[in-house]
Amino acid sequence: MSSAVSSADRPTREEHGSALSDTLVVTWRNLKRIPRIPELAIFAILQSIMFVLLFAFVFGGAIPLPGGGSYREFLMPGIFAQTLAFAAATTAIGMVDDMQKGLIDRFRSLPMSRSAFITGRTVSDVIYNLGILIVLMLSGLAVGWRVHEGVTRFLAGVALTLLFAYAMSWVGVWLGMLVPTVEVGQQVAFTAIFPLTFLSNAFVPLPTLPGWLQPVADWNPVSAITAALRELWGNPNPYGTSSFPSEHPVLMTLIWTAVFIAVFAPLGVRRYRATSK
Amino acid sequence: MGSPVGGPAPAITAEGLTKIYRTRAGEVRALDGLDLQVPEGSVLALLGPNGAGKTTTVRILATLLRPDSGYASVLGYDVVRDAQKLRRVIGLSGQYAAVDENLTGRENLWMFGRLYQVSSPTAKERAGELLDQFDLSGAADRPVKTYSGGMRRRLDLAAALIGRPRLLFLDEPTTGLDPRSRIGMWDVIRRLVREGATLLLTTQYLEEADALANSIAVVDSGKIIATGTADELKSQVGGERVEVIVHDPNRLDEALRKVSDCCLAEATVDRHTRKLTAPASGGARQLVTVIRALDDAGIAIDDIGLRRPTLDDVFLSLTGHAAELAESESEPATAVPAGSTA
Ligand SMILES: Nc1ncnc2c1ncn2[C@@H]1O[C@H](COP(=O)(O)OP(=O)(O)O)[C@@H](O)[C@H]1O
Ligand SMILES: [Mg+2]
Repeated sequence: MSSAVSSADRPTREEHGSALSDTLVVTWRNLKRIPRIPELAIFAILQSIMFVLLFAFVFGGAIPLPGGGSYREFLMPGIFAQTLAFAAATTAIGMVDDMQKGLIDRFRSLPMSRSAFITGRTVSDVIYNLGILIVLMLSGLAVGWRVHEGVTRFLAGVALTLLFAYAMSWVGVWLGMLVPTVEVGQQVAFTAIFPLTFLSNAFVPLPTLPGWLQPVADWNPVSAITAALRELWGNPNPYGTSSFPSEHPVLMTLIWTAVFIAVFAPLGVRRYRATSK
Repeated sequence: MGSPVGGPAPAITAEGLTKIYRTRAGEVRALDGLDLQVPEGSVLALLGPNGAGKTTTVRILATLLRPDSGYASVLGYDVVRDAQKLRRVIGLSGQYAAVDENLTGRENLWMFGRLYQVSSPTAKERAGELLDQFDLSGAADRPVKTYSGGMRRRLDLAAALIGRPRLLFLDEPTTGLDPRSRIGMWDVIRRLVREGATLLLTTQYLEEADALANSIAVVDSGKIIATGTADELKSQVGGERVEVIVHDPNRLDEALRKVSDCCLAEATVDRHTRKLTAPASGGARQLVTVIRALDDAGIAIDDIGLRRPTLDDVFLSLTGHAAELAESESEPATAVPAGSTA
């Protein structure tokens, strides 16, 4: 083109584009979407508040805690864990939505970092999940949940929750590229995550589960993050067994998140690259 | 491959490209040894019916798809080995507008500019220019989901230009547009061409290839079956012709002789539709002659007109089958030499 300055003549940057700035641009793009479709965020927030109210008022009196303590204080970390486990679904749905539209072809035809598209997705979802977490915490405070162990341990709990959500997002990236449509993605994600959150200590103390389920629930990553938050924040945390996960919930959460990221990030990136067939 | 500096080197070279899609239903041979040469600074139209392999070709040349075999280079870059370098110097506007519905037009262009590795202020400035140029300034700050189809396609084209590419791929740039938007898109593309863009566009319409490109490659079943200018292709079919629908089937043979005489060539007849077709080298004047001759003979007609060859005619003459249908479904007009059926 006579009017165009050929980019080949410009001093070339890194061969793979700038991974950091590309990731930030993709993150910006994903976050812009939130206020443009406010219904999505509003519904997610209402759903979170509804969960808090349902469990606090409907089951609150019916579930006794071994060793005593307030059920609502016990419950809130469970709700946080459950809601943020659904980060996998949020990310999966965002991925399928993008992959289905022709838009993905444009991204893949640009001289941008190959992984920025999915890394940007996981980063924007973590920011979105932070917003959801804040709403949940405010509703928790309203029904009587409190943190008892000081600011540092409170912030450590928040960081751990977001790390867990980030790891779940990488599961979602991989899942999002396996399924053909948003609807299927939704079904698969919910079918996988609901049992995960209910076969855990999130809503009922582990000792009240049937014996054969207890080891399953004990090693469940949702149980790990829930117990970790209860421990960090001084909320009631009744143990069932004296197993490794129940004695080291924070460490167990870190192990789970490391495993998820180590397994699903490379799988997701590889699948994204292979979509060219 | 060396540095892609101008000169007479072709902008696009493809040799023996093949691509097979493997699906549950079986294998689809989308490209079957496709060869192509496009000189720098020229506009090539890849013309072919639905399913011919146009999009597959564009996707391979634009680094979105790897060929199963064969070789292609664009601006001197191997499309497989040097894909990332090539992406900096090409722009692609696909068959379906690939812009973000939830961003505004301006935000879309800024984002794609950034991802082309253009600095943020430059991307902003260029976005403004392109929005002006493509008549989108008024809608620049509205989310794209409020845009019409024509506006989306223009924005998509602007997005392909934001990185100042040296070569542009346009896959069916006007498919799905209403006639007015189509003309608008043609104007935009013509302006790019005047500015000296090297362009490969695909289309299903001979008319469009004719209006926009200086050379045409006809694709069918994953192969190039003919190349040339629009005039060259049309002359293979025989240029303009006159078509007459005769009212009374009993007078078809008589009309056939009259039309053949007027056109100084053998007319063909399709008895089923009572349609006569003959080459009309004299254009509109010839039409008048035919009308007069039939009128003098008292042969009533239902319809008459001059028709330019269509993609269908080009196809029929190149491949022996119609463009969009299988042989069994389209019944080609039976050619009957004038006078043989007295
Ligand atoms: N992703 C795909 N999977 C399977 N078959 C495909 C795919 N894409 C295209 N095809 C088939 O390959 C052939 C060529 O398609 P395409 O290149 O899209 O043609 P065109 O763009 O000329 O309409 C068609 O038969 C089409 O059905
Ligand atoms: Mg196509």
